[in-house]
Amino acid sequence: MLKYTAKRILLAVVTTFLILTLLFIMLQAMPGSPFNDEKITQVQRAALEAKYGLDKPLYIQYFNYVKSMLRGDFGVSYVIQKNMPISELLKVRVPVSLQIGGQAVILGTIIGIFLGIVAAIKRNSFADSFATFVSVIGVSFPSYVFALAMSYFIGFKMEWLPLLYTTSHPFLSTIMPTISMCMFSMATVARFARTEMVEVLGSDYMTLADAKGIPTRRLIGVHALRNTLIPIITVLAPLTMELMTGSLVVEQIFAIPGLGSLLVTAIQFNDYNVVLAVIFFYSIAFILMMLVVDILYGVIDPRIRLAKEERKV
Amino acid sequence: MSQGKTVLTDAHFVWAKEHDLGTDQVYDARSFWKDAVARFCKNKGAVFGLVMIVMIIALAILGPSISGYDYRTQEMTQRNLPPHIAGWDNAPIFNGKYEGYNVYEEKGIQDVTHIFGTDTLGRDMFARTWTGARISLYVALLAILIDTIVGMSLGLISGYFGGKIDFLIQRISEILSTIPTTVIVTLLIVVMKPGLTSITIALMITEWIGMCRVSRAQMLRLKEQEFVLASKTLGESTFSIIFKEILPNVFGQIIVMCMMTIPNAIFTEAFLAFIGLGIPAPLASLGSLISDGYKSLTMYPFLVLFPVVVLAMLMLSFNLMADGLRDAFDPKMKEM
Repeated sequence: MLKYTAKRILLAVVTTFLILTLLFIMLQAMPGSPFNDEKITQVQRAALEAKYGLDKPLYIQYFNYVKSMLRGDFGVSYVIQKNMPISELLKVRVPVSLQIGGQAVILGTIIGIFLGIVAAIKRNSFADSFATFVSVIGVSFPSYVFALAMSYFIGFKMEWLPLLYTTSHPFLSTIMPTISMCMFSMATVARFARTEMVEVLGSDYMTLADAKGIPTRRLIGVHALRNTLIPIITVLAPLTMELMTGSLVVEQIFAIPGLGSLLVTAIQFNDYNVVLAVIFFYSIAFILMMLVVDILYGVIDPRIRLAKEERKV
Repeated sequence: MSQGKTVLTDAHFVWAKEHDLGTDQVYDARSFWKDAVARFCKNKGAVFGLVMIVMIIALAILGPSISGYDYRTQEMTQRNLPPHIAGWDNAPIFNGKYEGYNVYEEKGIQDVTHIFGTDTLGRDMFARTWTGARISLYVALLAILIDTIVGMSLGLISGYFGGKIDFLIQRISEILSTIPTTVIVTLLIVVMKPGLTSITIALMITEWIGMCRVSRAQMLRLKEQEFVLASKTLGESTFSIIFKEILPNVFGQIIVMCMMTIPNAIFTEAFLAFIGLGIPAPLASLGSLISDGYKSLTMYPFLVLFPVVVLAMLMLSFNLMADGLRDAFDPKMKEM
């Protein structure tokens, strides 16, 4: 177990450094310079470059870059809010995005598990077809289709919920974004849960438990459910990535002051420091999520750990 | 003993009735492909998907010429017009009514047809939507090419040779898959100029990984089998063993995997266009149309309605077809 965990952590660290290197190369390759105001003279430009450490050799710049990024010092914003430290910008925006993303994952997973299990127990019934239909729609339609439909009908026509994010109703404003973002997680989890449940229901130990006379409710609620839930952990990491992508668009539609809308604004205004900082933040979040899922899965299900180690050898 | 001897005659027997006879029925052997086609046709969702895709392709090719406008001609006198077909003024839809009154009548242009309306610059939305759909279809085609040329070849080669090549390809794909796709694609396009070329390159870097894994796994399953050994013994070249002997056996899985990556690629392009990293104006893609339209959602909902519906139908159809193909090629999967 120790070896397995160590290996996972090592992979995460290597990936982090790789992303940092990639970001640094990108930073060098970005078109233009942060100081492309025509009024700046050569002397002023040199002074500015010295101030931000851009006159040093490349490897020192790289070293400084990695050091400061890991410390959480992402530099300052050049365009969006001049000279505002990016960590300050992030501090306000991360909780909003985290809240909506978290709500979406939790809601999506719970509904998805429920749908998948009902579909598996009542196979080839109306409930099964319904669950399949919902999951195909959820996987197929991008989250902004739901977001736009809801904001038009529920937000604009009915006026039940705020059309745009307002700080006066922070929770009510998150309902529509959460629902539109959870559809994909829900559909993925439902598909997965159905497949797993069908497999578990057909296994020998379920037949044995049934033969022993365990009541159906206990049979499904205790014996089948647990074994179904374990593999669902593995889809959580790809789902996080999907949610990040979704948040970029959904936050834009509902004007939510989160990480996603910050990234989009930064891209539009060529504020590269902010772009790189948000991307770094996303990557770290994803790497951490993968690490947690991998280790958690190894702890819960020893077969995975053994199989993975065997395959590696 | 002698008196008990009976001679069996026909009278002792009763002719068997036909329906009591259990005869073995021999069915015509059906080839794998015919079987797959039959299974595919039985799946209503998959057939619906196929029909929709054919319709969307037809409209994307013909659409701009049907409406008689092109995607970039601006008509400043005809801005933000609602959907209208000449002569349909009393019909429930496409009647040119905006918030109760007929805009076309007011402007005295009843004989003008804009099936999907016009945008804020007076460009015909019907032409723009279907021109945009072309981009999505191009991306779908691109995904197939990347999957088969890059993903499949690398996977087969990596699985067949093993050793150093396998190690190298596997590590590259492992590392690429630990970095979120959104990050790779966004970064690349920020550095390069947004446009069709950079989208193509971005998709090339990210979309081959799944296919590479699938084809490698299939190769590992097949390469130890007798028919491969036989071909090797007969002196067939490695290239021909991989692509002529083994490839036809894994075609089903490869087609399924191809179909699965298409919606992904279409989604990525639409997403990039939405956040402003897509095709530059005046060219349109479905994503950039949605991105332009959603800002005036409450004023002119029709601007965003049609591109969203087309995009959603396209994604849905490809997904349905992929599911249908999976069930058709691998009936055992459906039991799960």
